Amino acid sequence: MDLVQAARCIRADTIRCIASAGAGHYGGSLSLAEVLSVLYFKHMRVDPAHPALEGRDRLFLSKGHAGPALYAALANRGYFSRSALLTLNQPGTNLPSHCDRKRTPGVDMTAGSLAQGFSCAVGAALGSRLRGDGAYIYAIIGDGESQEGQIWEAAMYAAQQKLNHLIAFLDYNGAQLDGAVDAINSLEPVAEKWEAFGWQCIDVPDGHDTAAIDAAVEKAKESTDRPVMIVLHTRKAKGIAKMEGKSEGSHHFALSAEEVARALREIGGGNGVDA
Amino acid sequence: MWMREIMAQTLISLMERDPDMVLLDADLSSANGTGAVHRRFPERTFNVGVAEQNLVCVAAGLASYGFKPYITSFTPFATRRVCDQLAISVLYADLNVKVIGTDPGIAAELNGGTHMSMEDIGVLRSIPGSVIFEPSDGVELRLGLQAMHEYPRSVYMRTCRKELCDLHDPDTYSFDLLRADVMREGRDVTILSSGLMVREALEAAAQLSEEGVEAEVINVHTIKPLDAWTILASLQKTGCAVAAENHNVIGGLRSAVLEALADQLRVPVTAVGVEDTFGEVGPLSYLKERFGLNAQAVVRQARRAMDLKKNWRCIP
Repeated sequence: MDLVQAARCIRADTIRCIASAGAGHYGGSLSLAEVLSVLYFKHMRVDPAHPALEGRDRLFLSKGHAGPALYAALANRGYFSRSALLTLNQPGTNLPSHCDRKRTPGVDMTAGSLAQGFSCAVGAALGSRLRGDGAYIYAIIGDGESQEGQIWEAAMYAAQQKLNHLIAFLDYNGAQLDGAVDAINSLEPVAEKWEAFGWQCIDVPDGHDTAAIDAAVEKAKESTDRPVMIVLHTRKAKGIAKMEGKSEGSHHFALSAEEVARALREIGGGNGVDA
Repeated sequence: MWMREIMAQTLISLMERDPDMVLLDADLSSANGTGAVHRRFPERTFNVGVAEQNLVCVAAGLASYGFKPYITSFTPFATRRVCDQLAISVLYADLNVKVIGTDPGIAAELNGGTHMSMEDIGVLRSIPGSVIFEPSDGVELRLGLQAMHEYPRSVYMRTCRKELCDLHDPDTYSFDLLRADVMREGRDVTILSSGLMVREALEAAAQLSEEGVEAEVINVHTIKPLDAWTILASLQKTGCAVAAENHNVIGGLRSAVLEALADQLRVPVTAVGVEDTFGEVGPLSYLKERFGLNAQAVVRQARRAMDLKKNWRCIP
């Protein structure tokens, strides 16, 4: 599948998934469609028929509230049916708002209490090195999440261990629950911070450009002695006109049926979920 | 031999047999004696520095990869400092991380109140899926660690680091992680205890025996899941008990026992423990006296339990 088209499907299905529950974390989910497309449709060595395959590449979605975007990517990759996306947060569902490794095929780690998943990714990268399986461990953290001290504990130790097969992404959409990241507790200068912590930092000015993300991952794989942080400058709630790029109210919200229809029309994600 | 040396020896022997076992420390390997494990297995041991939150989650990540990580720190830093990490990345995620906290409660001695966990059992006991174990001597530490390793899920062990004379005969002691041990049989009162307090319980029982009181001493080495069957059987026989613990009287062993028997049995259970206060600095002998964690206190509360028993069933 073409990566742009895959991202379009992931974005549309993320909207369908959250809309089925009425409201949810649209903002931080929709900023991830392109990176998930590049990972699941090009780079990650995984087998949807065997989600627990040893030696597979893994993704630690540390900003666990973006679960719906991951579910949309997994469904489009064939881990489960796209119709399952409509069970988000329903009683007994395998798709909870925040990622749960025990419930969802293809989810590599439980996440939701911020920053923990990033440390877990460091542990998995150590595990991969001990096994000598050559796997790549991917992690996605949020910009608000980066205010957690544990992110920097993990960052220091990953660099100390020279975990060059750990490739992380910062979803730098600029907004957190209460407002603009820069107005609350700025990360800047963010690239210098990651470099100072011993990481290679690659800046992707348009975090929705699949070709640019793909090139950044290719470059990251050339690292021989450092973990790599790819900073994706993204737009929160991308694809939803009334919220895209806004720092207020874009984290968790509801859409009317008309707004959902309009967003899907604009994204051009094709037909609804197969029942 | 110090408890920490026994712990290190046991960890080494387990790692020799199990290539998936790994050990992680957070800058306390020298204090906890695990430096010996790092030297023996440099490729399977990690020191993350002073970063306990990362310690727990790196271990969880290794467990998600199929490894069996052990983490060690001082008890307060292995528990209350990382409560959320243990709750979410280990227990909620159901990952097999073994957690070892050293010098619980007053055993922290000269490190003082900041290093004294009076609440670790209470905090962890209320998180679903937790298993909490506390050895009373080196024999139990060795057997307990082996049993922990066989247990397929996370277990938390709180243990003293320093030297403790053996209470168990290594040749005859049969250890079961999930069964409490009746160390002395009696008919008049049950003394429930764990860890440091087991030896105080045995000494108290000896003193009571001189007065003609026969106390049953149970070593509740695993506080969760509680072996309610063994405890209830004893309380049905003796009709009263004292629970003795190196922990706050809120949330620990006595709380667990009271919860277990509340709708089963109506007997008094008196308390020997830290009376909802923080610790303070001092040698163990001073702290035992200061917080009433000694045989004399156990004897007093055993007598009180027996007094209460006389009229207990008459209370409407």
